[in-house]
Amino acid sequence: MNVLTDNLPLFGEGFLGTVELTVYSSLLALALGFLMASFRVAPVASLRAVGTVWVAVLRNTPLTLLFFAVLLGLPRFGLVLPFKVFAVLALGCYTSAFICEALRSGINTVPRGQGEAARSLGMTFGQTLTLVVLPQAFRSVIPPVGSTLIALAKNSAIAGAFSVTELLGTYKTLGELGYDVVWTFVWIALGYLVVTLAISALFTALERTWGVAR
Amino acid sequence: MTAAAPGATALYDVPGPRARRRHRLYGILTTAAVLALVAWVVYLLFDTGQFTHTKWTPFQYEGIQRMLLRGLGNTLKAFAIAAVLSLALGAVLAAGRLSDHRPVRWAATVVVEFFRAMPVLVMIFFVFVALKVQPLPALVAGLTLYNGSVLAEVFRSGVAAVERGQREAAFALGMRKTQVMTYVLVPQAVRAMLPAIISQLVVALKDTSLGFLITYEEFLHAGKLIASNLDYDLPFIPVVVVISPIYIGMCMLLSRLAHWVARWERRSPKTEAVDVAPAEPGTLLPRGVPPGPREPGRQ
Repeated sequence: MNVLTDNLPLFGEGFLGTVELTVYSSLLALALGFLMASFRVAPVASLRAVGTVWVAVLRNTPLTLLFFAVLLGLPRFGLVLPFKVFAVLALGCYTSAFICEALRSGINTVPRGQGEAARSLGMTFGQTLTLVVLPQAFRSVIPPVGSTLIALAKNSAIAGAFSVTELLGTYKTLGELGYDVVWTFVWIALGYLVVTLAISALFTALERTWGVAR
Repeated sequence: MTAAAPGATALYDVPGPRARRRHRLYGILTTAAVLALVAWVVYLLFDTGQFTHTKWTPFQYEGIQRMLLRGLGNTLKAFAIAAVLSLALGAVLAAGRLSDHRPVRWAATVVVEFFRAMPVLVMIFFVFVALKVQPLPALVAGLTLYNGSVLAEVFRSGVAAVERGQREAAFALGMRKTQVMTYVLVPQAVRAMLPAIISQLVVALKDTSLGFLITYEEFLHAGKLIASNLDYDLPFIPVVVVISPIYIGMCMLLSRLAHWVARWERRSPKTEAVDVAPAEPGTLLPRGVPPGPREPGRQ
């Protein structure tokens, strides 16, 4: 127990690090994922190709390899940024591929007739998109996006192993201070549970408000 | 997988001649932008001296080639052990979750939900640091616990997705509980879930690279050893250029297999009483719907 109480600042710092990484990477992943999803459903073949390659490559890249390439490789190009920014880049790009697929299959669940009906009512492309297609797609997209973001929060642990300030990273310091390792890990595990359960609760609430009526 | 051909979504009408011309223009602009980006990266690679002779010499040496191969072998070894063990663990946990005895069901649920909610890396580090285990067993233990729990959910939802009439008919024929499971429900469930199972194995294959972080001598570790060698002028980029296609290629092959199996099973008459899951790994939302049967818009 006193592992936690003695080192509250350290745990707090790690916890905040995890939350910060998760929030920033989620924003990046959602933005990039949306962009790539719009590429993937575009009527222009080369845009679709860009989206397809992005998803196929990133979904099949081990995240550790991506971290390795970004954290150790990009500085060789003379691009020197704080480790945290690199970690957000790697996590965000990796997750964006999964977000993209979730959004795309959400858009594909909207029946074609909806769009045809909207157009036959004289709606413009923008109106069709914002008033008819996206609201319906949004409903079915909530659960998969939620689980993708939970996966992102869990993946942020890899950043900790690459010495970004993060919850998992605290075990090293505490081990050196001679605290019991098992209890350290119990508290680390609890910290991750808090983060994942919070995201899960958020998305359950979203789902209850806007989800598809089953 | 639904093709994203224009017109397959609700978004666009079939383009007319003017729209087609506009799309062609966009296409040319995109291609130009992509080519410019590629050219810029290649220029950067040359500019920062990534194609110098010294940086690429290590790959000529047999010792280093052998080291890379050994690393690849270790990666595949960890993957094979973890895959077999997590399939076994998944089967056991799924049986527990489907049990008629409440304590068993309850225990299995707790185990599955806990290990699904934990980052794999935390488990691997726990086994490695706290239990002081060798890197390979630690990696395999972490991967097995996580993927086993996810697979348990996949198996369970597969069994639940088999049409109710199948179970009822089997009971009506006088089969016992175990017979109903082993002869009727499980064979259909496994067929239906095979794409999701293979996709989860892709996750396991990708996660073997976490062994790098606990000094397991796998593929990435071998790469790191070469990359941090001063004699060859720290060839990080060459190592990434050599290693990533192999890693990504392996995972892509396995993903492709999952998609192929999904298409094949969907056509098979043996999956008529159950919906085949799409080739996607399991979801992570606690109480979330695992991939497949209930996902809207798919057959």
